[in-house]
Amino acid sequence: MTVLAPGDGTAAPPGPMAAVACEQITYTFGTHTAVDHVDLRIEPGMTFGLLGPNGAGKTTTIRMLVTLLKPVSGRITVFGVNTTARPMLVRRMIGYVPQLLSADGALTGWENVQLFARLFDVPRKQRAGRVDGALAAMGLTDAAHRRAATYSGGMIRRLELAQALVNAPRLLVLDEPTVGLDPIARTDVWDYIAKLRDEFGMTVLMTTHYMDEADAYCDQLALMHLGHIRATGTPADLKASLGEDVTLDEVFRHYTGGTLDEAGEKGGIRNVRRTRSTARRLG
Amino acid sequence: MSAAPGAPPAASVSIPVPGGPIFELRSLASRIVTLCWVEVCKVRHDRSELYTRAIQPALWLLIYGETFTRIHAIPTPRGISYLAYLAPGIIGQSALFVAIFYGIQIIWERDAGVLTKLMVTPTPRSALITGKAFAAGLRSVIQAAVVVVLAAILGVSLTGNPLKLIGCAVIVVLGSAFFSCLSMTIAGLALRRDRLMGIGQAITMPLFFSSSALYPVKVMPGWLQVLTKFNPLSYEVDALRGLLIGTPADVTLDVIVLVCVTVAAISAAAALLPRLAKG
Repeated sequence: MTVLAPGDGTAAPPGPMAAVACEQITYTFGTHTAVDHVDLRIEPGMTFGLLGPNGAGKTTTIRMLVTLLKPVSGRITVFGVNTTARPMLVRRMIGYVPQLLSADGALTGWENVQLFARLFDVPRKQRAGRVDGALAAMGLTDAAHRRAATYSGGMIRRLELAQALVNAPRLLVLDEPTVGLDPIARTDVWDYIAKLRDEFGMTVLMTTHYMDEADAYCDQLALMHLGHIRATGTPADLKASLGEDVTLDEVFRHYTGGTLDEAGEKGGIRNVRRTRSTARRLG
Repeated sequence: MSAAPGAPPAASVSIPVPGGPIFELRSLASRIVTLCWVEVCKVRHDRSELYTRAIQPALWLLIYGETFTRIHAIPTPRGISYLAYLAPGIIGQSALFVAIFYGIQIIWERDAGVLTKLMVTPTPRSALITGKAFAAGLRSVIQAAVVVVLAAILGVSLTGNPLKLIGCAVIVVLGSAFFSCLSMTIAGLALRRDRLMGIGQAITMPLFFSSSALYPVKVMPGWLQVLTKFNPLSYEVDALRGLLIGTPADVTLDVIVLVCVTVAAISAAAALLPRLAKG
C-alpha cells in the first residue's frame, strides 16, 4: 500500500496545512451565481460554522467541498488534497451528513452503519468493532437491531453521525445538523457532536441558520450571504467588533443589512429549487 | 471504546492511494458484494414482496400456460409441452418486471438523500450502478427460483444439472442487470417517480410481447421477427430455454449479447447519475 507523500502534486502550498482551503471558488446554476469567489480556510481541530440564511450558498459550498459538485472556477483542498483532481482520496477523509434525514429505513441501524463501513473499505476484521463502537458512541446500541424506519428524527441524525464516523474521518461535514429536530433532540445531537470534537480532535465543518447554536458550539464562524462571505472570526470577536452586549443576530444584520428571516426571502433560485424538491418528495 | 470509532486522525494519515487495475477491480467487486448484501438484508426483513411478485408468474403458468397447452395453438419443439416451453419465458418475464422498476428505487433514494451519501463514499459512479445492477440481479434470481419451484410443482421437467442451473442464474443476473440499468437510465432522464412509473408500464408489455417469451420467433409476423432481434429479453429467454429444457439455443451468442448491452446500459446509467442526483 502506498502512502500519500507530500509533494506528489496534490499537496497544498508550504506552511501549516489547513483542513480545508477554498480559493476563490465559484458555482453557478444557469445565470444565478450561488457561490461567488469565496475564500475559506479551516484549521485542523476546529469546529467551524458557516452561517447564513437559506439561499446564501452554504449547501452549494458544502457540496463542492464533499466532491458532489465541481467548482466552476477556483480550487478546494482538503488536508492538502485537491477535490477536483483526487475526489476519491478526499472522500476517504470526509464524513458527510446531508441536510435531509437520510438513513435507509428498510435496514436496521446496525446494517446502515455496516453499509458505510464496507463502502469506506474498513478492513473486514475491524468492521464489527468499528460499527459497534460508532453505534455505542452515538448512544444507539440498544436500538441497533431495529429498523431505522422506527427511529425518531434525533435518532436518525445520530445514526447518520455513526455512519459518518465509522470511517474515522479527519473532517466531519454537517449540513444543518439540527434542522427539523425538536429542541431536546437538538441539544442531544450537539452534545454528541461536542463529544466527538473533544475526544477525537476531529475537524468539524457545519452550516446552520440557528445563531444560538453557532454561538455556543463553534470556534470560528463565517457569515455567508448571497454567495459571498461577509465576515469571519470567532463568535466573541465578531460580537466585540460591534461593541458590548451585541448578539450574533445583530452582527449578522450588520454585515448583511437584514435579518436572517428577511435575507432568507431573497434566497432566489435555491429556494425555488428547494421548494420544488420538497414538493416532489411529498408528492 | 478508545480505539473505535473516530480513531484519532493519526490513524488515517496513511491513506492508501487508489490506483492500478487490480485496485479498481477489487474495489468494484467489493462494492458489488456490499450492495448485494444490502439487497439480501432487505429481502430478509420483508419477504412480502417476494410472495406478491410470485402471484403474476403463477397465474401465467397456471391459467395461460395450462389453457394454451390444452388447445395446442402454439407450435413447440418436438417432445416439449407448451407449459415447459413457457416456463423459461415466464422466468425471464418476472425478472424483467423486478428489474424494470429498479429505477424507482434509485429515485426514492435520491429523494430520501441516501443517494447523495452513497456518492460521497469512495465509490465511482459506475461501481455504484454496477453494484445496484447486480443487486437487482440477485433479487431476480430469488424471484426466478420461486418460478422454477412453481413450474416443477406443475409437472414441468426442468434440468436437474447444477451447472446448468447456475448458468441460468448467471443469465437471469445479466438480463436483470441490463433491465435495471435501462430503468436507472430512464430514471436519469425522467427524474421523477411518477413519470418513471408511466414509462416503465409503457415499455414492459411491448418488451414482453416482442420477445420469444410466449411463442417461437417463427410464428411471428415478419416485422415482429425483426424487432425480436433487438430485444435483449429474447436472448435471455433463448438461453434460459436452452439450459432449462434443452431446446436448441445459441447460448454463447446470448451471453455475448447480454454482456454487451449490460455494459452499455451501465455506462449510460452511470453517465446520467449526476443529473439524477442533482435533479
